[in-house]
Amino acid sequence: MSVAIDTASAPAPVQETRSDRIVMICNYTALGLFTLAVLYPLVYVLSASLSDPKNVVSGKVWLWPVGFSIESFKAVFDYDSIVTGFSNSVLYAVGGALLATVLTLFAAYPLSRKGLPGKGIIMALFVFTMMFSGGLIPSYLVVDRLGLLNSRWAIVLPAALAVWNMIITRTFFQSTIPEELVEAAKVDGCTDFGFFWRVVLPLSKPIIAVNLLFYAVAQWNSWFTALIYLTNEHLFPLQLVLRQIILQSQFDPSQVRDTAELIRMKELQEQLKYSLIVIATIPPLLVYPFVQKHFVKGAMVGSLKG
Amino acid sequence: MATDTLVRRTPARSGARPAKHAVGLGTRMRRNWQLYAMLAVPLIWLAIFAYWPMYGAIIAFKDYNVVDGILGSRWVGFKHFERFLESYQFGRLIKNTLVLQIYELFATFWPPILLALGLNMARRKWYRRSVQLITYAPHFISTVVVVGIIVVLVDPNTGVLNQFLGLFGAGPIDVLNNPDYFRHLYVWSSSWQTMGFSAIIYLAALTSVSPELHEAAIVDGASRLRRVWHIDLPAIRPVAVILMILNIGTIMTAGFEKVLLLQNTLNLQTSEVLDTYVYKLGFASQVPQFSYAAAIGLFRSVIGLVLLVLANTLARKFAKSSLW
Repeated sequence: MSVAIDTASAPAPVQETRSDRIVMICNYTALGLFTLAVLYPLVYVLSASLSDPKNVVSGKVWLWPVGFSIESFKAVFDYDSIVTGFSNSVLYAVGGALLATVLTLFAAYPLSRKGLPGKGIIMALFVFTMMFSGGLIPSYLVVDRLGLLNSRWAIVLPAALAVWNMIITRTFFQSTIPEELVEAAKVDGCTDFGFFWRVVLPLSKPIIAVNLLFYAVAQWNSWFTALIYLTNEHLFPLQLVLRQIILQSQFDPSQVRDTAELIRMKELQEQLKYSLIVIATIPPLLVYPFVQKHFVKGAMVGSLKG
Repeated sequence: MATDTLVRRTPARSGARPAKHAVGLGTRMRRNWQLYAMLAVPLIWLAIFAYWPMYGAIIAFKDYNVVDGILGSRWVGFKHFERFLESYQFGRLIKNTLVLQIYELFATFWPPILLALGLNMARRKWYRRSVQLITYAPHFISTVVVVGIIVVLVDPNTGVLNQFLGLFGAGPIDVLNNPDYFRHLYVWSSSWQTMGFSAIIYLAALTSVSPELHEAAIVDGASRLRRVWHIDLPAIRPVAVILMILNIGTIMTAGFEKVLLLQNTLNLQTSEVLDTYVYKLGFASQVPQFSYAAAIGLFRSVIGLVLLVLANTLARKFAKSSLW
């Protein structure tokens, strides 16, 4: 095990004792088990979605696809509510993320500046909402009162700022934009708007990426606001459609008379759940490796100093 | 949290403009008007979507009806709170909420710490990378999908769990519809989902440990486990305390969406918590009881706030680290 020193934080000892080596082997094994435990359900669902429907129902799928078939994926795309749900979710995720990121930057930057009068009070106003809220019913009444019920704005607007993200962003500004830079720019006659636009934003690409990702994923995954604010099925996000198909079909006794047809439908219906799960999971997982670097950095900045 | 005062602290290095701290408040506010203009947008949002509902919560003390609105409805004092405290639901809801959340606190607390310690110890880069990449992934999966995965895995007829049990001749278990399994299902799936992501924060704390500490310990003949115990664990203790406080503060609210998704008429006995009950009163019953539901919601928020303040005080006293 005496490998050349890696960039890992723990330095390699000159020589390892026997017990240390055993600890190390246990550690690698434990990490491996943890990882497999996380991975297995995901792999299983993916395999089941790609298997022959018969083999899924009869329980022949354990790890890899048995009898490769993409029939259920075709069925998914024939389902109108899934297709509209998918495009609605994309719209909510993209629009919501853009709006929320702008709002977050607008809140975080002024609050990161030293000596802005009233900063402490405003910050307290934001932080207090993390600890106390009016509750579900009063929030619903507000959205109702604003006339937003059953509109796309009801999904996007109430989620347009997360205080935790704002704090992370503020910490990022505090640690990357030195006060001297602001002073120097002011001496050169730069306004606050100009400074924000020309200096702060170009320096903040990582935190902007983190915010966009956080908000987009949150919107993509949200369903409860849609459940209470929307009744028009054409506006439903994918998650709500998923809930109807995966979680509520259970209690829906099938109305089909013909036994052969019933069995076929049941088979496909079972598998439809697997392929739906796969389709709903892929977009966030696709985005995340690309921003992962930024994202870990951003999350750490926030957690260490927030 | 940062305690920035209204008055600017006397700048130590303002040689160029020595009279700065003498500038009046009004002047300083006028000079920063563009910053306030930026702040105005999120503040308006905050007022509408965070503070307006807080004001609206006064319907908990009224008999709200749609015609009269929030202000016009009749005051009834603590009627709704009394009704809730006396109802047969009260004891069960409180118990279910607390048991579920404390169990979850336990199940989601130690796995990320173990994972972070293990990752920090591992020296093979590709191994660390892949373990991290895989264990973070569930964080990005939606609650609906996680519950969907649970549902297909434990399905009594086709699920892999019961197929597995069938190999040993054990009969199929209907995990979803059994109140005895609800809590385990809920809590360990949360642990599965959050483990990798929560480990990031601990890892960050661990990478800030100076390598010299480890080197010195190695020279002194400390074994690997000893170094974990005496160097790594103390390094993550403050972070662990803060996270614990945050979690205790959200003990009354967290995880409501997943509870609602996993809930069905057969497991209500353990799965009905305060928030799901509020939801049902307000949105899923024939006659919405907004005031009663708002009262229960407010009750929950106030207890949550008290718990948070309490946890913070305890942490400041005993662990020397706190949120504020």
